[in-house]
Amino acid sequence: MFSYFFSRLKVLIFSLFFASIIIFFMIEIIPGDPASFMLGINAEPDTINALKKELGLDVSALERYYNWITGMFIGDFGVSYTYRVPVSELVMARIGVSIPLALYAILLSTLIAIPIGIISASNHGSFKDWSFMGFTQLGIAIPNFWFAMVLVLIFSIYLKWFSAGGIPGWDEGFFINLKALTLPAFALALPQASILARIMRSALIETLSQDYFRTARASGLTFFQAVKKHAFRNALIPVLTIIGLQFSFLIAGAIIIENVFFLPGIGRLIFQGIVQRDLIVVESLVMLLVFSVIIVNFLVDMAYLYVDPRLRVKK
Amino acid sequence: MKILKPLLTILLTVMWLSPLYAEKNSVVIGMQLEPPNLDPTGGAAAAIDEVVYSNIYEGLTRFRADGSVTPGLAKSWTISNDGLVYTFKLQENVKFHNGNNFDAFDVQFSINRARDENSTNAQKGLFKGIRSVDVVNSSVVKITLSNPNGGFIRNLAWGDAIILDPDTADSAASEPNGTGPFKFSKWIKGDRVELVKNNDYWGEAIALEKASFKFISDPTAAFAALMAGDVDAFPVYPAPETLAQFEADPNFNVIVGSTEGETILSTNNKSEKLKDVRVRKAIAHAINRQAIVDGAMFGFGTPIGTHFAPHHPDYIDLTAQSNYDPEKSKSLLSEAGVSDGLTLSLKLPPPSYARRGGEIIASQLREVGIETKIENLEWAQWLEQVFKGKDYDLTIVSHTEPMDIGIYGNPSYYFQYDSQEFRNLMNALNLETNDQERSKILKNAQKLIADDYVNGYLFQLAKTGVANSKLIGLWKNSPTQANDLTGVSWSN
Repeated sequence: MFSYFFSRLKVLIFSLFFASIIIFFMIEIIPGDPASFMLGINAEPDTINALKKELGLDVSALERYYNWITGMFIGDFGVSYTYRVPVSELVMARIGVSIPLALYAILLSTLIAIPIGIISASNHGSFKDWSFMGFTQLGIAIPNFWFAMVLVLIFSIYLKWFSAGGIPGWDEGFFINLKALTLPAFALALPQASILARIMRSALIETLSQDYFRTARASGLTFFQAVKKHAFRNALIPVLTIIGLQFSFLIAGAIIIENVFFLPGIGRLIFQGIVQRDLIVVESLVMLLVFSVIIVNFLVDMAYLYVDPRLRVKK
Repeated sequence: MKILKPLLTILLTVMWLSPLYAEKNSVVIGMQLEPPNLDPTGGAAAAIDEVVYSNIYEGLTRFRADGSVTPGLAKSWTISNDGLVYTFKLQENVKFHNGNNFDAFDVQFSINRARDENSTNAQKGLFKGIRSVDVVNSSVVKITLSNPNGGFIRNLAWGDAIILDPDTADSAASEPNGTGPFKFSKWIKGDRVELVKNNDYWGEAIALEKASFKFISDPTAAFAALMAGDVDAFPVYPAPETLAQFEADPNFNVIVGSTEGETILSTNNKSEKLKDVRVRKAIAHAINRQAIVDGAMFGFGTPIGTHFAPHHPDYIDLTAQSNYDPEKSKSLLSEAGVSDGLTLSLKLPPPSYARRGGEIIASQLREVGIETKIENLEWAQWLEQVFKGKDYDLTIVSHTEPMDIGIYGNPSYYFQYDSQEFRNLMNALNLETNDQERSKILKNAQKLIADDYVNGYLFQLAKTGVANSKLIGLWKNSPTQANDLTGVSWSN
C-alpha cells in the first residue's frame, strides 16, 4: 500500500516538473513584451527599459524559470506584471468564483441527471424514456453559450428575476452570490446533465438485467427498493468517472460562460493574462490547472474505493 | 422526483432573496476593458483613466467635457514673459483621502517622479521640457522650462500628470489615494471597482454617494447588462449593431459624441513599395471613407482628411484632397510603374474598427489593382511587429491621444515619416505662445501631412454610449479618456 502511494507520488512529481518546463518555455516564446503592452504607443524607450527592470524582466528566461519554480515551493507564484499584486492573491480571488460555479454546476447536473437516468432506465423503451432521451439529445446538441444567452434573455431581460451577470463578492453574503451563479451554473450544467443522464440510464439498464437484481426482486423487494439497494450503486462507477472528468473540464472550460455572464473566474483571468502578456499569471494558472486535474483524478480513484468494496480488498 | 421538490424550493427562495432595487444616488458604469491597475502615472491603459480621472485623482489643471482646460488643484497661474517660468497658486485646504494635507511639495514630488530617469510614466514626453520644479511656499510652486511650450498647461491636464501623495505613491496601483470627489472603496478583480463620495472634498460637492465601474468585455453581455438594468450607462458601448434598439426605447439615451481618436490607415513610409508618394496618393484615392464609416462603424464617425480632430477649432477639412476616385488612383499607380501586381501586408490589431475596416479597405484596394495580405494580430503582437519592428506595409489604428499631430515629427515613429519641414513647424509651434500664430502653424502642419499622403486618413472615431434616460451629466465627447462623474446625477 505504501510503496504504491510512493510510486504514485514519484510519477506525480515527475509529471508536474515536466509540465512546468513545457508550460514555462512554451509561454515564454510567445512574441510580445508585457512592458511595451502596458506603456502603449507614446512611451519613450528608456521608460520601457525602466519598467522591464522593475518587473524583473531584464534577467534571462532560465533565471526567471528558476525563481518561479523555487518560489512555487513556498507558495510564492510571483507578482503579476499588469496588476502588480501577487499572483496567488489574484488566483485565490478567481478560484472563489470558478470552484463554486463548477461545484454548483456539478450539483445541478447530478440532481437533474440521476433521477432522469433512473426513470428512463426503469421505464426502458416507454414514451417517458423516449421523451427524456430526446431532451438529453437536445441538451448535448445545444451549445451552452447559446443556452446561456437564452437564459439571460428570459430571466434577466424579460422577467428581471436575475441580474444578467457579475457576482457581488462573497463578503456580501452567501445567498446573493448563489443567486448570481444560478444562471451560469444552469447553462454549464445542461450539457453535462444530458451526458450524465444518458450514462446513468445505460449503466442502470445493464445492471437491471443482472442475475443479482432478479434475485433481489424474487426475494420480495419492490422494484425501487431493489434499484436503491443493489442496482444504483453498481451503476455509479461509470457515472463517477464522468463526473470526475467533467469537474476539470468545468473549471477550465467555463471560459465562454464566464464571458457571457461576465464572471471574474479562472478562465477569464487566463484569457486576460494572454492578451496582456502577463506571462507569469498564465504560467501559474496553467500549472495550477494541471495540478488540479491530477488531484481530481486521484480523488475519483478514491471514490471508486468507496462505492466498490471489492477494490478495497484487492489492493 | 422527490429530489426535484427541495431543489425547486431552493431555487425559488434564492431567486427572490435579493430585491432588485436601484438606489438613485449611486450609479453603475459599464466598461469593456478592466484597468490593469489604478495608477494613471504607471501605464498607458485608457481604462485606468476611465476610472480614476477627475473622480479619484486630480492634476494642476483638468479637461472639461467640451475639451477646454480649466484650473484643477492649481487655483491660478502666471507665465513669465519669455514663456519659461510658470508660477502656480494652489488650492488651499485640500486633503488627500487618507487625511494628509496637499501642498506644493506634493506637486514637486509628483512631477519630478514622472520625469525621473527611472520613471515608468507612459507619457513621459509631456514633462520633457521641464528644467526644474521649485517650491516657493506651501501653496505656490514654480515650474521652469528649458524652452517655451505653448501646450504646457494642456499637458498638465493629462491623467498621467495627476498629483499623488508621496506617502502612498508606491501603492497607487492597488490603493489609489487622491484628492478627488470620490474615494476608492474596493476592487473585485475582474468584476468591478467601487468608489464612494469623499465628504471632505475641497471643491463643489457631487450628487452621487456611490459609483461602480463594472467590467463587461463581451458585447452581447454588455447589451444584456444594460437591458437588465445591471449597469446604468455604457459610455463606450461595444455593440453598435444594437444601438437602433436603444434609440427606439424611451428608457435609454444613445449618446453620440466625438473622441480624440484619428483612425488612420497607417503606412510604412520607408517600405520599398510605399516610399513613392504617388503610390500613397493612389491608396488615398482608392479609399471610400463613407463606405468604411457605414460598413465598419454602423454610420458613426466623421471622415477626416488629415491627422486632426474635426471638433478642434484649428481643424481644416482636407477630405476633398484625397477624395474617392478609383480612376485617378489607377492612373497614379501606372505612373509610378506598379500598376500590375502590388501586394501589401495589412496587419490588423483587435478593435472592430480595424478588423471590419480592414476587410472593406482590402476590397476597395483590390478594385484599383492592389492586393493585400490581411493578418490579424493581438495588441501585444502588433506592438512588437508593427509598432516596434516596423515590419508592415499598412495597418489601421486609432490614435486616441489628444492633439498628437507631433508624432509626425518623429522620423523613427512607426510610420517612419521623415520630413525636416514638418519638424521645423513643430519646433516653431513649441516656441509660439500666441494663439493666432499657433493656429496658423497647426493648419500648415495639417496641410503638409495631407500633401505628403503620409497615411490614409479615414475617420474620427465616434464615441457611442448608451445610458439610462434619467441619468444626466455624462460626458458626450471624450477630450481625454475619462468617465468624469463629478457632474452626474439622476433626474426625477
